[in-house]
Amino acid sequence: MPDTTVTSPVLSRLGGAVRWDTSVGVLLVVLLICSFSFVENFGNALNLSFLIGNTLPIALIALPMAMLVVSGEVDLSVASTAGLSSAVMGALWNAGMAIETIIPLCVLLGVVCGLVNGLLVTRLGLPSLAVTIGTLGAYRGIAQIVLGSDSVTDFPVQYLDFGSGRFGDTFLPYAAVPFVVLLAIAVVVLHATRFGRSLFAVGSCEEAARFAGVRVKRLKLAMFVTTGVVSALTGVFWTLHYASARYDNATGLELSVIAAVLLGGIDFDGGKGTLGGAVAGVFLLGTMQNVMSLLNVTAQSQTVATGVLLVISVLAPRIGRQISRARARARTAAPPPVTAPSP
Amino acid sequence: MFGTTTGSRRLTLALATATALVLGATACGGTTKDDASKDGAGAAAGKADPKAETKKGLTVAFLPKQVNNPYFTTADKGGEKALGELGSTYKEVGTSSGTDTAGQVSYVNTLTQQQVDAMAVSAQDPGALCTALKQAMRGGVSVVTYDSDTNKDCRQVFVSPASAEDLGRTQVELLARQIGGKGEIAILSAAQTATNQNTWIDVMQKELKKPAYKDIELVKVAYGDDDAQKSFQQTQGLLQEYPNLKGIISPTTVGIKAAAQYLSGSKYKGKVKLTGLGTPNDMRAYVKNGTVEQFELWEPAKLGALAARAAVALESGQITGKEGETFAAGDLGTMTIGADGVVSPGEPTVFDKANIDEYDF
Repeated sequence: MPDTTVTSPVLSRLGGAVRWDTSVGVLLVVLLICSFSFVENFGNALNLSFLIGNTLPIALIALPMAMLVVSGEVDLSVASTAGLSSAVMGALWNAGMAIETIIPLCVLLGVVCGLVNGLLVTRLGLPSLAVTIGTLGAYRGIAQIVLGSDSVTDFPVQYLDFGSGRFGDTFLPYAAVPFVVLLAIAVVVLHATRFGRSLFAVGSCEEAARFAGVRVKRLKLAMFVTTGVVSALTGVFWTLHYASARYDNATGLELSVIAAVLLGGIDFDGGKGTLGGAVAGVFLLGTMQNVMSLLNVTAQSQTVATGVLLVISVLAPRIGRQISRARARARTAAPPPVTAPSP
Repeated sequence: MFGTTTGSRRLTLALATATALVLGATACGGTTKDDASKDGAGAAAGKADPKAETKKGLTVAFLPKQVNNPYFTTADKGGEKALGELGSTYKEVGTSSGTDTAGQVSYVNTLTQQQVDAMAVSAQDPGALCTALKQAMRGGVSVVTYDSDTNKDCRQVFVSPASAEDLGRTQVELLARQIGGKGEIAILSAAQTATNQNTWIDVMQKELKKPAYKDIELVKVAYGDDDAQKSFQQTQGLLQEYPNLKGIISPTTVGIKAAAQYLSGSKYKGKVKLTGLGTPNDMRAYVKNGTVEQFELWEPAKLGALAARAAVALESGQITGKEGETFAAGDLGTMTIGADGVVSPGEPTVFDKANIDEYDF
């Protein structure tokens, strides 16, 4: 993992001993094994395809979101962008436009939404949290103006089949394939290219990264645009998966995405984390939700469980870091061993 | 990335190319609304046997739009009671938000997995649940919708709160009687695009054309978007714009409450009449302080009970959801299924000072 935080070798070794994202991965595997063995109706292909299908929108947006958070920024307008994309899709379809034209237009819309966020953050130097809270409202508002409270459902069958179908009787939804492709691209970009290393550098210390020659603004703008595009595509997928274009589609999804990304060990302060961890976090939350529903846990208790898990996930790595830091301090502060105490 | 002029130019070029490509794609054609074939497969299959024995020990799940919403809690309690009488098991699941369509879909899927015998669903979205509900029906689960319908081929029976005709007609009747049959009136609706509201308003407008209402003039339809504050302001606006206004019909629970709140604190209290659809708990104070004489709503408990009985009748093979089939519905007598598999517990209940304390929802 290209962890660019400047730490002493001792510290990084301690931090590496129990990595949070690895623990989340292990936790996911344990949860899956337990669910397969003990939860009735969990292991069949149909249920697994439901699980994956319902988690995919979160997983899709989590990819650019993880990278954005690594670079020290955040985008809260992703769900509204998806909703706007869905509303535009419905309105254009109603107007008689071809679906093959609508989808690229939605992607273009994602570019515009991302550019607005990115330019406001990089050109005007505004904090991304504030900017994207604003556009969260604005994009959702435009979506409502575009489509009103209509819902458009009569999309072409072959596209709906792609959105909600699966390969034969297997657990794999069709839509998982583009996700896996995007995941592979994202992993390579974040963990094996100069671009990815620069994101970590910017997230750990923007000033230092700039002096080291990283074009910080350009990098961030590119990430905002990517996030916008993936969000818009998720809006298209959402519309086809649930066979319904509505302005309020994906409401609140940004919180699930951020929760999953944080759970997966991406540090909210930037500069730390892996995509593997983020994806494990996404599917850990998704699996928990599925299992809790199968076990008849009420919606309220599910929300509480998710919330508690999130707080723990933010706290645990920090506490771990504090402990290792304290230990390291204790070690350096300890007097050098006296070799020959002569009486 | 686009700091330099060359950068901006490159961006403009990229966007222009993308737009050109997209427009090119339009010219080449593709799949449009007109090409999309309609999936017209009917849901009801098999033959109904009205004499079939009512099955016991079934599990019927209620999936309301939102759990812990007092309206749906009352409706589902009605369902629970009816199922108890029929010797079947009740359960309720659902999302805590009223607009979490994805959550609702996953609950339908979960119920299918748990192999419940029947489900009664109040759909947040007419289309979004279709795939999941069809899958449930293919798996042998009987599907009833209540309160809010899905597309009609995605369920077997829809238990409608009250018919649009009844709702539109009775609200006009209530207001006409209160204002003595003449004067200017207005409607305070929810969103301009709300399908059910618009259907009721259409019925009201037709109703108002009748000779009996020739002295009543509908001056405006205002929209409060089911937002308390906006509905409050719209009421204020109506009264400023039309000083001779005699009455307001608000066919939405949020709107009527906000309008009552405004009237109750203004000089128009008791002078401008207000009626529409509201819940007794929301409106109790305004009925008691004389702001509102009468308003109406269907009884949610009856709705839930009817949904439960329809679900059991479906699962017992007494009905399949075709028009004209009948089934026994306890206190409500024998119910007949209407066109498109719709069944309704009848006219709405009118609430006033005399009876409002008998209701708690």
